[in-house]
Amino acid sequence: MKTILKNIFTILVMVVALTSCSNDDENTNPTVNELDGLTKFKEITNTTHTIELYSHTGATVQGYNEIKLRIKNNANNQYIKNAEVTWMPIMHMAMMNHSCPKSTVEKISIDGTLYEGYIMFQMAQNTTEYWDLKIDYTIDNVDYTMTSVIDVPASAKRTVNTFTGSDGVKYLVAYVDPHHPKVAVNDLVVGVWKMQDMMTFPVVDGYTVKIDPRMPSMGNHSSPNNVNATQLTAGNLYKGKLSLTMTGYWKINLQLAKPDGTILKGEEITETVTSSSIYFEIEF
Amino acid sequence: MTFLIFTLMKKLLLSTFLMLLSTIISAQDTNNSIIKEQSKKDTIKPIQMQEVIVIGKKAQLSDKQSKTLTSIDDYLQKSAKVDMIKRGAYAWEPIINSMPSERTLVTIDGMRIFGACTDKMDPITSYVEVSNLSEATICSGQEGACFGSTIGGSINLKRNQNNFGNKKWNFNINSGFETNNQQKIIGTALNYTDNLFYVDTDFMLRDAENYKAGNNKEVLFSQFKKMNFSVTSGFKLSKNKLIEASLIYDKATDVGYPALPMDVSIAEAIITSLKYEYIPLNSIVTNWETKLYFNTIMHKMDDTKRPSVPIHMDMPGWSKTYGYYSKIKAKYNKNNLLVNLNSFYNKSLAEMTMYPADPNENLMFMLTWPNVVTFYNGLFIEDYYDLNCHSNIKVSASIGNHYNKIESELGLNSLQILYPEMEAQNTRFLKSFSANYNTSKNGFEFGFGAAYGERAPSITEAYGFYLFNSFENYDNIGNPNLKNETSLEGNAFVGLKKEKIKMKITSSYFHISNYIVGKPDTSLIPMTIGATGVKIYTALDYATIFNISLTSEIKFSRQLKWNSQLVYSRGKDFNNVNLPFISPISYSTSIAYSKEKLSSEIVFQGNAKHTNFGGIYGEDKTPDYAIINANFGYKFNINKSKLITKFGIENILDTYYSTYSDWNNFPRQGRNFFVNLSCSL
Repeated sequence: MKTILKNIFTILVMVVALTSCSNDDENTNPTVNELDGLTKFKEITNTTHTIELYSHTGATVQGYNEIKLRIKNNANNQYIKNAEVTWMPIMHMAMMNHSCPKSTVEKISIDGTLYEGYIMFQMAQNTTEYWDLKIDYTIDNVDYTMTSVIDVPASAKRTVNTFTGSDGVKYLVAYVDPHHPKVAVNDLVVGVWKMQDMMTFPVVDGYTVKIDPRMPSMGNHSSPNNVNATQLTAGNLYKGKLSLTMTGYWKINLQLAKPDGTILKGEEITETVTSSSIYFEIEF
Repeated sequence: MTFLIFTLMKKLLLSTFLMLLSTIISAQDTNNSIIKEQSKKDTIKPIQMQEVIVIGKKAQLSDKQSKTLTSIDDYLQKSAKVDMIKRGAYAWEPIINSMPSERTLVTIDGMRIFGACTDKMDPITSYVEVSNLSEATICSGQEGACFGSTIGGSINLKRNQNNFGNKKWNFNINSGFETNNQQKIIGTALNYTDNLFYVDTDFMLRDAENYKAGNNKEVLFSQFKKMNFSVTSGFKLSKNKLIEASLIYDKATDVGYPALPMDVSIAEAIITSLKYEYIPLNSIVTNWETKLYFNTIMHKMDDTKRPSVPIHMDMPGWSKTYGYYSKIKAKYNKNNLLVNLNSFYNKSLAEMTMYPADPNENLMFMLTWPNVVTFYNGLFIEDYYDLNCHSNIKVSASIGNHYNKIESELGLNSLQILYPEMEAQNTRFLKSFSANYNTSKNGFEFGFGAAYGERAPSITEAYGFYLFNSFENYDNIGNPNLKNETSLEGNAFVGLKKEKIKMKITSSYFHISNYIVGKPDTSLIPMTIGATGVKIYTALDYATIFNISLTSEIKFSRQLKWNSQLVYSRGKDFNNVNLPFISPISYSTSIAYSKEKLSSEIVFQGNAKHTNFGGIYGEDKTPDYAIINANFGYKFNINKSKLITKFGIENILDTYYSTYSDWNNFPRQGRNFFVNLSCSL
């Protein structure tokens, strides 16, 4: 019985392999590798194409989201490799609409089918307010578009800070990495944007995100040798080092500083000030 | 690097060998000329500086002791070289020549054992019982380097050694009670001997409640319970070959540490060994003993019984050691040679889990000892050379390879937060050398010596991670970049040994370079709630420790004996800052009267005011104190059975006091009446 099942399974595998080969030519292997570690969380379809949206967690959530997508031609099930893609996430509120920080959408590799970018949803949906995502793409000089509602539940821990700095500018600071913090020195990645208008949220360049990780449940102690997050190149995310000496709940207290050192928001932790007004939370 | 070390080792080996060879050759030369006198000299035992505390012989505890069933700690602290750091009523930490466990070496029958507690709540001495042991050999400084590297000295606890003989059964019952902490002691020992085989078993149980300090003040969390079982069995393979297996199982539960923020819910040790002994006949080699051993220790700190803790935490620790030694004793003309090849492999792991007030929050977990391997391979050579019938020279040397590796990735990552460049592995070379001259003539003894020794940092000193020291009130972090601590030592003694009077002045001086201590690092924030700060282990340029002691025994008559002991110690660093745990002047004097089956003793013991205290190490001025103890014993012989009874009162005046070595000045025991009974059938 077992061997029969095994044989049937082998045959099935061979059939699948052969058919997929005939469809995708020699691009089978890169396609399989491309999706490693990714989970599809959404499919949007119009008359001509289907867009598959992927992320590492298989979902989107309030905060920073790394999103990958690919466009399938509905007619022949082929994935498009030469599209120009832009996107526009919109929050539909009772009184107004606004967007959020986002990157451009770039092709990951020339031979691949995936496009990637990030969207930082600074707020979660609720019963009446929701996010949707409009994707515009151009293939061989023909413009297409599709729009769909995106599920953005609130994050369990604080990963986004939206505030008005002492300079009157509205800033957004979001936690990007580590996804899986360890007891070690972790590579910290943080995003800093400002709100130019309701639809434009450019990256802020040249600032410093000062960090002070603390454990409120254990006397609010800190950890040694943290490195504040700074930008290596303009337009990019900020990178620093986050030391975590034990597992548990950590509050990463923040201060946003201008290049001249002026603190725009956030407080230094002292005996009396146990928490900054801007912070991230992690628990592992 | 390894090549360099290798060549260095080679050189060292060679030089040691050459040195030994030269002593042997020179010994031969002098021997040949005075061959006629040799037979006479053979009977003279080498004069030894080491001190031996007799606990009891075989299963039977010695009736010579004033309190037969007292703890090992109590036995040991009678030595002028040994004192005890006390964190509670149980498991005191021995300090030798004013140096605590990192700088000393405690072995059980030559076996290396490492405590599993990051707070030193389980020194090796806590895993054996008086009824297991026959004696404790205390060696000062490098004379104690036989089983590994040390700076301050060593204690080797010797277990009961049974012998083959006529078929015989022996059964003992020990029992005791102490009023102060309602300590109940019950023990049994069963021995069997015949011509080819012997087996010794021993069992002891102690159960104590909180003790009361002077003025009837109860010291909360000073209770303890301890069970100890041991079995040794030997088999004669042939006339001069013996194989012996032994096992000690020790389990302490519900042990309170009044001076610490945490207690111990369980401390468990399994100590096993297999020994092969060969006594060659008509050979230069007089004895060849090889032992394989394994021991495992589990220790769990616990604070669930404390009424208010800022945060509840568990701190378990584990220590496993595999090892062997092979010891050859040889006698060649006037040389008494001892060669000991020894090795051990230890793994130490300690964790800390903190429970947040919010039960939905994840547990806070860290490694305080990151599963560290210590692999040591060493060679020790010693030669007593009899210069003439009343003087000898003792020369010893050792080399060792000390290898450490952090096995836990989490642990290594944790330490790399502080030491990004640090590697998991580290190899060190440890050397020691010592030379002593001793002479004895017409009851007058005299001796002096010099030595050089090295030690590797302990696991806490090299790899400890946020270990809270409640004495200093600092979190301590290890430093993997520490150099070896090195010690230059000088020692001398002068004594008088007459029929009615024995007196001895012994002194030692240590100049310790790269002296390892914790130093506050103000850039770091303590983890422990309420801690003052964080200390990182660093090395002081040097520190010096000087000890001098006077012991005397005067016999007024065959029955009446007067013993006295006076000890002075001084420890300073290179900036003249006092070191911690250096005893103020301490004294004890006792008058003992014994006649046939009756024995009695009155003891007066005290310390001067502790003025040279180490303030930066958490010490403060400790007032002087003096206490009086008395005991009385009687031995009954009923048919073939023997019953030894001991009664006593400790701290007769119920003085409320604390000594310099009491952790956080917690008070010592007040008035205590005890009774110890030992019955052998």
